[in-house]
Amino acid sequence: MALQTAPVPPETRSAPPPRRSRWRERDKQTLTAWLFLAPSFIGFVIFTAGPVVAAGVISLLDWNLFSPPEFTGLENFARLGGDPTFWSALVNTAYFTLVSVPLTIVVSLALALLLNQGLRRVAAFRSLLLLPYATITVAVAFVWIWLYIPHGGMVNTALGWIGIDGPAWLVSDTWAMPALIVMSVWKSFGFGMVVFLAGLQAIPQQLYEAARIDGSSAWQSFRNVTLPMLSPAMFFVVVTSIIGSFQVFDQALIMTDGGPGTRTTTLVMYIYRTGFENYDQGYAAAQSLVLFAFIVVITAAQFRLQRRLVHYDN
Amino acid sequence: MTTDAKRRLVVFTCFLVTAVTMIPIVMMVLVAFQSDAESMAAQPSFWPGSWHPENLTRAFDLVPLGRFLLNTVIFAGGTTLLETATAALAAYAFARLEFPGRTWLFGIYLATLMIPTQVTLVPQFVLVAKLGGIDTWPGMILPHAFTAIGVFLLRQFFLGIPRDYEEAARLDGANRWQAFTKVILPLAVPAIATLAVFKFIGQWNNLLWPLIISNSDATRTVAVGLQFFQDTNGTQWNLLLMAATITTVPLIVIFFLTQRWFVQGISMSGLGGR
Repeated sequence: MALQTAPVPPETRSAPPPRRSRWRERDKQTLTAWLFLAPSFIGFVIFTAGPVVAAGVISLLDWNLFSPPEFTGLENFARLGGDPTFWSALVNTAYFTLVSVPLTIVVSLALALLLNQGLRRVAAFRSLLLLPYATITVAVAFVWIWLYIPHGGMVNTALGWIGIDGPAWLVSDTWAMPALIVMSVWKSFGFGMVVFLAGLQAIPQQLYEAARIDGSSAWQSFRNVTLPMLSPAMFFVVVTSIIGSFQVFDQALIMTDGGPGTRTTTLVMYIYRTGFENYDQGYAAAQSLVLFAFIVVITAAQFRLQRRLVHYDN
Repeated sequence: MTTDAKRRLVVFTCFLVTAVTMIPIVMMVLVAFQSDAESMAAQPSFWPGSWHPENLTRAFDLVPLGRFLLNTVIFAGGTTLLETATAALAAYAFARLEFPGRTWLFGIYLATLMIPTQVTLVPQFVLVAKLGGIDTWPGMILPHAFTAIGVFLLRQFFLGIPRDYEEAARLDGANRWQAFTKVILPLAVPAIATLAVFKFIGQWNNLLWPLIISNSDATRTVAVGLQFFQDTNGTQWNLLLMAATITTVPLIVIFFLTQRWFVQGISMSGLGGR
């Protein structure tokens, strides 16, 4: 970033003593900067940065808010290893992420490609397809409970038409998680679709023409032009989708309440239960830091992979 | 396949996919107008046998839905206003002013971007509880009004505004504040609007924080309040989905009104996400 020299009128520039006046100008700019920063900075320290540090401290305490905190060192982290609910929350979250992210990507990309076929009224279709993304999760979670009603519900009725006897989705050990995944893909694909569509529209047409002259098939053009040119958008959607799916909470709370048993208890739901139903604040803080660690490791791994797989056109 | 046939296939697929995608939203509205008996029958009914527009007022009577909506506007509006205002000021300092420790301080803001909100959940709750902020507006709003994302996005945008515009005003004797309000802010309207729309929709959707902090109708938002339809009535589907419709409609209206910024915001963040 270019170093900005404060605009100094020519008269003062030649005036003696130049050094002092330059310092004054700098001090003035620093003061101005802090006046601009202060409202954000004060709130940021108290409500964002401070709590991050505090989370580290609280994770070392045995504390339920009502009794005085007791320092227990890494006890809370040690507890995690022998806590079956934590492990199943971890497995459930991984399951949710591993299935919902690729599915969301495929659906978003397919729809973006479909909308990019040069048809009229793209904007209208795009708006309607983006609607689920603009709804309130809790409200549509209730609708999906209704859609998943086992006997005569809409999903099972539709499955019945093709001869499938649908399960009792939300109370089934096997099918509760897939049911949540389908709902979540429906809710979130619009975001990726818009990103991909913008990416597709930014690809220069000459590249496709060149590929056609070289005798590329449609598939080869997709493989050799579209995908590489789309890789920055792809990278962005993958990273944000993974981070988002690690934090899934609303629909699981409303639709299954983590059940049956702990089959759909996600990490964030377990943090919520630990901290705000059992008031085990220290343990909840430790869990949240483990969630953070997972996100950091996965995101860092993705940035490493990015260097090999993502093509930047600049 | 001829181009014409291919074109028809594309259009048909578009209609089909859009129709399937809309089913949950359409059903939410249809069930909302069914009679009590129809919506609670063992066999769910899809198209209303009879229409009951009075469900609209009944939903408001059953739980204080109007109050919940007002609370949600205060919560989402309050956080959005505070965040955009403070972020714009700070972003200007980071983009345009020289001061010791600027890089270092901006680094701290950036570092918190990656931290999931769940990490700050417990400490924020403890802080709010100790300060007596449970079930109050400051307790609801303040902890969510100072995230780094706004500062980050607006700084990026301000950096893209040519310095010459501002320098011209400065040479005419404008001070920093005037340069910021008269030159930078008018140019940054699209970026600020994008940030505001995202923040507002995000907070309208926020379930976890109001769930923890509000424990009376004084601050309860729609995301939390919708559950009362289930708790107090078993599942009276018509009224529950009527309430769901009522709480979703404002969001959809905002979405359509601000769509340009919304789509721009998504695609900007996507292509800039390098």
